[in-house]
Amino acid sequence: MLGTRPWIAACFLLPALALLGALVVYPIGYSLYRSLFDASGDGFVGADNYQEVFTDDRIRTALRNNVVWVVVAPAVATALGLIFAVLTERVRWGTAFKLVVFMPMAISMLAAGIIFRLVYEQNPDRGVANAVWVGIHDTFAAPAPYPGARPRPNGDLTASDGGSYTTRGAVRAGTAVALPLVAVKPEDVGGAKEAIPARDVAGKVTGTVWMDFTRGGGGTAGKIDAGEKALAGVTVEAVKDGRAVASATTAGDGTFTLPPAADGARLRLPAANFAAAYNGVDWLGPTLVTPSIIGAYIWMWAGFAMVLIAAGLAGVPRELLEAARVDGANEWQVFRRVTVPLLAPVLAVVVVTLMINVLKIFDLVYIIAPGSSLDNANVLALQLYQSSFGTNVNQGVGSAIAVLLLLLVLPVVVVNVRRIRREKEGRR
Amino acid sequence: MSTARVTPTANTVVRAEQSLPARIAARLGGGLLRVFLVVVGLFWLMPTVGLLLSSLRDKSDIAASGWWQVFAHPAQLTTESYSTLFANDKVMQSLLTTALITVPATVLVILIGALAGYAFAWLDFPGRDWWFMVVVGLLVVPVQVALIPVAKLFNTLGIFESTVGVVLFHTAFGLPFAVFLLRNFFAEIPRELLEAARLDGAGELRLFTRVVLPLGGPAIASLGIFQFLWVWNDMLVALIFADSGNPPITVALQQQVRQFGDNVDILASGAFLSMIVPLAVFFAFQRQFVSGVMAGAVK
Repeated sequence: MLGTRPWIAACFLLPALALLGALVVYPIGYSLYRSLFDASGDGFVGADNYQEVFTDDRIRTALRNNVVWVVVAPAVATALGLIFAVLTERVRWGTAFKLVVFMPMAISMLAAGIIFRLVYEQNPDRGVANAVWVGIHDTFAAPAPYPGARPRPNGDLTASDGGSYTTRGAVRAGTAVALPLVAVKPEDVGGAKEAIPARDVAGKVTGTVWMDFTRGGGGTAGKIDAGEKALAGVTVEAVKDGRAVASATTAGDGTFTLPPAADGARLRLPAANFAAAYNGVDWLGPTLVTPSIIGAYIWMWAGFAMVLIAAGLAGVPRELLEAARVDGANEWQVFRRVTVPLLAPVLAVVVVTLMINVLKIFDLVYIIAPGSSLDNANVLALQLYQSSFGTNVNQGVGSAIAVLLLLLVLPVVVVNVRRIRREKEGRR
Repeated sequence: MSTARVTPTANTVVRAEQSLPARIAARLGGGLLRVFLVVVGLFWLMPTVGLLLSSLRDKSDIAASGWWQVFAHPAQLTTESYSTLFANDKVMQSLLTTALITVPATVLVILIGALAGYAFAWLDFPGRDWWFMVVVGLLVVPVQVALIPVAKLFNTLGIFESTVGVVLFHTAFGLPFAVFLLRNFFAEIPRELLEAARLDGAGELRLFTRVVLPLGGPAIASLGIFQFLWVWNDMLVALIFADSGNPPITVALQQQVRQFGDNVDILASGAFLSMIVPLAVFFAFQRQFVSGVMAGAVK
């Protein structure tokens, strides 16, 4: 110490203590007090507001979502940060990679929210998440060739279960079958050939699937008129007693040939031919909205975890890792048995910091969730805002939520104070 | 640094002893690792690139197709959204408001935090450690706890919905971290330096401005950048305490979000514009930002 008089210290401390007292400490006390009163602030209601926090459906959704947030977001962000920190050590341009991943931390949650509104657009033509998702989906499950196509009413084909169409009567080998469809989207037959009647082949079931619609009018329903388009790539099944006994796919001219086994069967055009185009995932719909927003959060904060863990990693003695490698441990064992245990204190700090951060999450949810699923994405900080400001508010409930948030971070206060006290004692 | 120099050599020695298959596996693994990191890096960049490219497209193009279409149709690129944005007085004014909130809130937190940090590090007063613990305890108090009470208080003082109120709020909530960070940094100043200045007849204030503040440069830089980004990026506090007729950029854009499709041109370009300052600060002061983040890991 320098042996100064206390009043000098008081002058130095006064601005800080005044601001902290008025805007941080006093509000804690006031919130505690206010949470015991009703919406008007006049009627004492005891613990009723707290009871409402745990019984009101919307607030319970918020509590449940907060639990999901606190469990999932810090864990995933820390795991990614750990993986990135360990892997970037092995490449020369690791710093550039870190910069890219860390950058989202510098921008506002509002900007990140707008960014992810664009990413999560439902329409796969606009939202990149669904564009990628639909691309993957269609690689593994081919899209239906003619979504929405159907036979004319009162024709030979009638709707059977699950969106497929089946002929009324059984088909005979040697007589070509006509399977006309309408309501085909023009873009689906853009480059299609003209349909031709299938030849009668003895012993086999043949036929044509085509778009029974003559452009500019005319033509006869159920007959292949000149200029009518063939429907290539349609699956045709022969069904006996409800079981498919044979199947074929139409060729470029719309014709198909089924083996003799199809004789006497009914022909079915399965629903897979006509299913609506796969439209991707409803990222911001009621069920997925919270996981989607957590995804945006992880995009922002994995970099934070990565940078802290990388700093911790720099302090890990290399000799320990090398010793393990010389002893024959493979990289995974070194990571699992040496690196992670040595990093445990850093990992704990990162997870706890992220947990506190996540408890207070507000902007991202408020911006990303569309009005229709805002209630499904509700979190405590958002509920507090909605309960406290705007129309039809109850600041008693708002204060109760504030106190709840404070109680949830209280253990961290204790840990922090303990840690700092220990550090100070260690120094003396 | 010397140990870091030694390690690669040790590494090479170990590598040389490995069998040929092990070396091939290592080489292959290295290639895979690079591919993986490049893919992840692109994946991480994609949302931001998407925003930038969206902001450079026509509103009707945004409605019709995704931003990646510009790679096929570069003619779609246009600065029209930005022209619309710059012509929008409200948004331009909001950027100014953001600056008018951020700069004072940053300067005040540094100044007040440094005064208190110095007192906690070097001045004598009863219960000093206890008071410091209280301040540290306030580090994690969520701003949400203060929203209702401070709104009421500001209402009484006549500074509710004003820039002054927002600045005071951000200063108060930035203080625990500022005091914590600066006290720890100031405490490392060699005692002889301060005593020598005192012997030269410098008063406490002079000591503070001439010795402590200049020596605290690195910590003050970290704190300043941290607080600057924090306040610039804030939406919640401004949503409640800022003048709703003259809000900062985050709130001005937030007001447009409920009609996302209709306003997508202003939102995309506005969001990107609002990111430019923080990104510039981030790239210019990476090191200080990182050390601020590390020190602030408790916040």
